[in-house]
Order: sequence, then C-alpha cells, then structure tokens
Amino acid sequence: MSDRANPTPFYTPPRPSATFDAHSIAEIQRAAATGIYDIRGGGAKRKVPHFDDLLFLGASISRYPLEGYREKCATNVTLGTRYAKKPIELKIPVTIAGMSFGALSGNAKEALGRGATQMGTSTTTGDGGMTPEERLSSKTLVYQLLPSRYGMNPDDLRKADAIEVVIGQGAKPGGGGMLLGQKITERVAKMRNLPVGIDQRSACRHPDWTGPDDLTIKIHELREITNWEKPIYIKVGATRPYFDTALAVKSGADVVVLDGMQGGTAATQDVFIEHVGLPILAAIRPAVQALQDLDMHRKVQLIVSGGIRNGADVAKCLALGADAVAIGTAALIALGDNDPKLEAEYQKLGSTAGCYDDWHEGRDPAGITTQDPQLAARLDPVKAGHRLANYLAVLTMEAQIIARACGKSHLHNLEPDDLVALTVESAAMARVPLAGTSWIPGQSNY
Amino acid sequence: MNTIDLEKTTLREVNQRLQGLPAETNERLWKLTNPHGEHACAVGLTAPIEVHIDGHIGYYCAGMNQKAKVVIHGQCGVGVAENMMSGEVVVKGTASAAAGATGQGGLLVIEGDAGTRCGISMKGIDIVVKGSVGAMSAFMAQSGSLVVCGDAGANLGDSIYEAKLYVRGTVESLGADCIEKKMTPHHLEKLGRLLKSAGIDADPKSFRRYGSKRSLYNFHVDNVDAY
Ligand SMILES: Cc1cc2nc3c(=O)[nH]c(=O)nc-3n(C[C@H](O)[C@H](O)[C@H](O)COP(=O)(O)O)c2cc1C
Repeated sequence: MSDRANPTPFYTPPRPSATFDAHSIAEIQRAAATGIYDIRGGGAKRKVPHFDDLLFLGASISRYPLEGYREKCATNVTLGTRYAKKPIELKIPVTIAGMSFGALSGNAKEALGRGATQMGTSTTTGDGGMTPEERLSSKTLVYQLLPSRYGMNPDDLRKADAIEVVIGQGAKPGGGGMLLGQKITERVAKMRNLPVGIDQRSACRHPDWTGPDDLTIKIHELREITNWEKPIYIKVGATRPYFDTALAVKSGADVVVLDGMQGGTAATQDVFIEHVGLPILAAIRPAVQALQDLDMHRKVQLIVSGGIRNGADVAKCLALGADAVAIGTAALIALGDNDPKLEAEYQKLGSTAGCYDDWHEGRDPAGITTQDPQLAARLDPVKAGHRLANYLAVLTMEAQIIARACGKSHLHNLEPDDLVALTVESAAMARVPLAGTSWIPGQSNY
Repeated sequence: MNTIDLEKTTLREVNQRLQGLPAETNERLWKLTNPHGEHACAVGLTAPIEVHIDGHIGYYCAGMNQKAKVVIHGQCGVGVAENMMSGEVVVKGTASAAAGATGQGGLLVIEGDAGTRCGISMKGIDIVVKGSVGAMSAFMAQSGSLVVCGDAGANLGDSIYEAKLYVRGTVESLGADCIEKKMTPHHLEKLGRLLKSAGIDADPKSFRRYGSKRSLYNFHVDNVDAY
C-alpha cells in the first residue's frame, strides 16, 4: 500500500489485470450500457496457433533444391475430377472465397472477379445470389447454395462453373447469416425477396434436407439439374473436420471446402467469432486423414481457408495436404480495405486503419463492405482488380520460392515432411515434429 | 402422349430428355410410369410441357421447375417443387416435409396432407393444400401464399416475413412474430382466385388469415426471447 499524498520510492504502480484486461473491461461496460452483444465483421482476432508456428526445412545435402526462376515449379490445380463432366482448371491454387453481394458492393464483387480472372483462378458468389457484374467479370465462378437460398435460381445454377453447398463457415460454424437493415437497399432486398431496410437473418440449417443421407439426395438433384457437368463443393466450418470431411465425401462431394475460425464473416456476434470452431491449423490434418482413409485424397479435392495472408501460408496448407486455398479477408485488403490513407475517416467511425471491422454498418470508407452508392463508387473495380491480381501473383511466387527450396517441381509435391513446428501445440495440430526433434505429440513418444 | 417407363429408362435419360425440350416443342404431354419412389425426378424443367407421374415419387420431384406442369398421381417425398420458379405442380396424394421449400413462383397444389415445414422459406410461390400441414410450416416464409384447407400444426409461420397464410381449420399454435390478421375484401378475392386455380370448391370466407406482426424486423433487445 502506498500513501498517495506522500509517494515513497516504494510506491506500487497501478497494475492492470491480465484477466480483466482493457478489452474485457470495456466489453463489460459496453454490455452494461447497451444490453446487446457486439456484432462485427472479420474473423477471430485473438491469437490462436497458426501457420506462423510452422517452418519449412528447405534443402541441403539430404534434399536437392530446384534452381529458382529457371526450373519449373507448376502451380495449376484441377477441381472436381470425381464426378463432374467439366472439372475446373485453375492456374493457381488460390481461390477467392464466397462473399455475398449485399455484404460487399457491386464494384467490390466485380473487382474480385477481375483480379481472379486475370490470374486464372475462381471467385465465388455468396448469400444473396449471383450478380451480372460478377458473372461477367469472373471467368470461373462458383455459385453458393446456402440455407437461406436467397436469389437461388436454376438459370444462375446453369450459368455457374461449380456449385458450393454451404453448410457452415469457420467464423460461425452452426450459425446463420445476418445482414443488418442499413445494407438492405432496394437492389439487395429485391434479390433476396425481402422488404427494404429490415434486418435480414439467414437460416443456419438448410430448409429441405437434414442429415448426410438427405444431403446425398440433394446433391444428386443439383447434378440432375445441371447435367452432371459442374463440380459440387461442400463447405464446412472447422469443427469436427475428420467426420465432416468423411460425410461430405459420402454425400457425393467433388470438393470439400474447410474454413477455420480465423475466417472472415460479413457480420456475426463477436463471441461466436472468437469462441466457436477450430483454427485452420488444427483442422487440415484430420480432414486429409479422412480423405486418405477413404482413399479419396487428391480424388476429392480439399480447399482450406481461414487467415491466409502470404505465400508461406499457402505453401503450408498445401504441404499439409490441401489441394488449394481460399482467401476472403486478404482479398478485401488487397482491394483497399483498411487502407491507412483513409485513417481520418476510420477515426470518425471510432476505429483506425488495420482494425476497422464494422463491415455490417455499411459505412465502409473504402467502398467495399457497403451498399451506399456514393461510398461504393469510391472503389474503381478495374484498379482494385489489378491490385488483387498483383497480390495473387505474389502469393503464388512466394509459395513457389518455398517449394523450389524444398526441391518440388509442383506446389502439390510439398508434404508434411518438409515442415517442422515451433511449438508443442502446433506440432500436435499439424502432426509435424517439433523443430529439432522427431517428436510429434499425439503420434510418437518424445 | 409420350410414355417413358422408369423401369426401362434411367433417371438421367428421362431428365435429360425432358430438360432438353425447347420452349416451342409440340411434344407437350408426357407420362412417366413405374417411378418407384425415384429421387430428383422431372427436376430443372424449362419447357411448358405437362408431365404425369404414375405412382409414388421420392425427394425433390419437380425441383426448381420453370414453366412445366408436373402432376404426381401418388405420394411424394421431401421437398416437392423445391425452389420452383414458375409453372404448376400437383400432388394427388400426400406430400412429405418441406413441400414447396424456398419456391419463388408458380403454383403447388397438394390434394392430400403435407408434412412438416410446408412452404419453409417460401419466396413467392403459391401453395394450396387440400388437407392439413405439419409443424413449422411457413417457417421464415418471405412472400407468396400458403392456403391450408385443413388444420395447421404447431408453430405456423415462425419468424415469418411477408408471406400470406390462410387456414380453414384449427392452428395448433402460431410461431414467433406470426399473428392472425384481418381478412379484407382484397384478401378474400385473392384467396378465392387461388382456391379456384387449385380446383378446390371452398368458401374463402371460411378461412382465417395469418401473417407477420413485423416486430422482429429490426433487432430490438426487448425481443431477445423471440430470436
Ligand atoms: C465480407 C465477407 C462476406 C462473407 N460472406 C460469405 C458468404 O456469403 N458465404 C460464405 O460461405 N462465406 C462467406 N464469407 C466467408 C468466406 O467465404 C471465407 O470462408 C473466409 O473469408 C475465409 O477466411 P479469411 O477471411 O481469413 O480469408 C464471408 C467473408 C467475408 C469477409
């Protein structure tokens, strides 16, 4: 105890609590004042075991590297080889994840299509249906079939290059969607067949099937409607990846999409984003294991997502057994989201560049997560599309640099043997040895 | 009339043949025999043809229908006419769960009873059920009309948006935000037209109307129990 009037040299400075930290205290105060939980966009912000906890070993005497720039390291991937008559051929194993028109502006959707097409990869629709802008700008477009079925239409189904049955998302496995009234403009309302300005809730379960046996029949119907041409993906949030992957395969999926808890969302309760679901690092190996156990690895392709930022993350996903990755948040940042140039405007919204996540409010100064025509007009879809293409090119080159260093002539030749872990947790989750040891916790004894 | 025997022809061939018919085809009348509960039969049709299915059929019959008329002379499985856009589907027997789910247009007539979740998430379709419907029917129903000549099971119209519900018999219970509404001359006339187009001889005045109280349209903390 100190005497505040007469501080001695032994005065104890104020000590913040590790448990009741500044964020927790502010949240208690906000909850007490408003009586409502926090809703926001983006993915989990807390630190969870992630790809940064893994390292590639590269090559030396025991492994032989490839010559950078001269020796080829291929990056192409084919998706949908199991049943689809027309599988998708992508030049790079990085796809653009499903983000709805409604959550995003029409210009943002167009920019995603332009950037992805320039690099030879696919984009994905989202809750709310397909817009002509994105169909026109995307050479390869994946059409989502979600529980809400907003804008679901057999003409668009036939126009799509692949169909993604969305069971869940990493940010909110077990949760439905929401789009708050501010973003339900006339166009969005019309596409979703709802009154303008209401808070739109999307269901968390599909309306016309329940278990995996029904899902099998649902997929059969989709194939019958589209002449068995289109690859059918099943997207799940990372929860019980071994069983969900096995059931997706059993249900007849051509491709499984697995989204970890860091994966972005347009609008979800913060408590849901931060506390439900697995980090993607913990989910890839069980999913790959399920595919291997069913003799379906590389026959049913696996796309993983959730917090992918750079080429090293891409390479690590592929080394763990994925066929491709998907990006959401990073693609929005490449378009211009959270740009420090907009700092003054973020400040006005009570945020700061790098932290802005009130995407549900529709006031995005970057013109991306908004339906306000004036704000949306700020995003030039051509220029933003170029930025995305640049970013995709860098992701790919970075992954190639690592793969060549590991002696691989195709990104898909990366393997768990190329990796070690920096922490015991990540070693257990990724099922690779702790660096400098041969110990894989849960698999072998130290 | 063209007849296809599903015992001798694969489902893939049947669907392909029906889906491939151009809008102006003069092969307008089709009969499918021996359906044996096949799933995904007569789905994704786009031409204004008439298809009669002679027997019981499985899941998602006439799914995503556009313009065609499909008549099921038997019972049908889950999700008949799911996401129908236009045209007409008639079930002579009873229908299982999720009949007309997410339908955006057209008319679905069920001459027997319909199971649970009839008209779930409906988005513009008109559904007329001569018998009764099960629990959770018209869940999150967005638009269109559901007419029930018999009774409705528990939680009718839970979380309903703008769809219009008409029930002649008893309603076991109404779901969150669904209330009884006044039957106006406008609604009587609309209901009369629907009954007529479904070939049902019933007095619109003997029905009661239900719809959204619209109190859940914008989140309010006092309503948390209902979310
Ligand atoms: C703005 C926004 C909107 C989204 N909308 C959808 C959607 O409509 N359907 C869906 O399946 N996933 C949706 N997602 C999730 C993404 O498809 C993807 O799973 C996630 O963004 C991947 O993680 P990442 O953001 O860390 O890259 C959305 C994500 C964001 C950021």
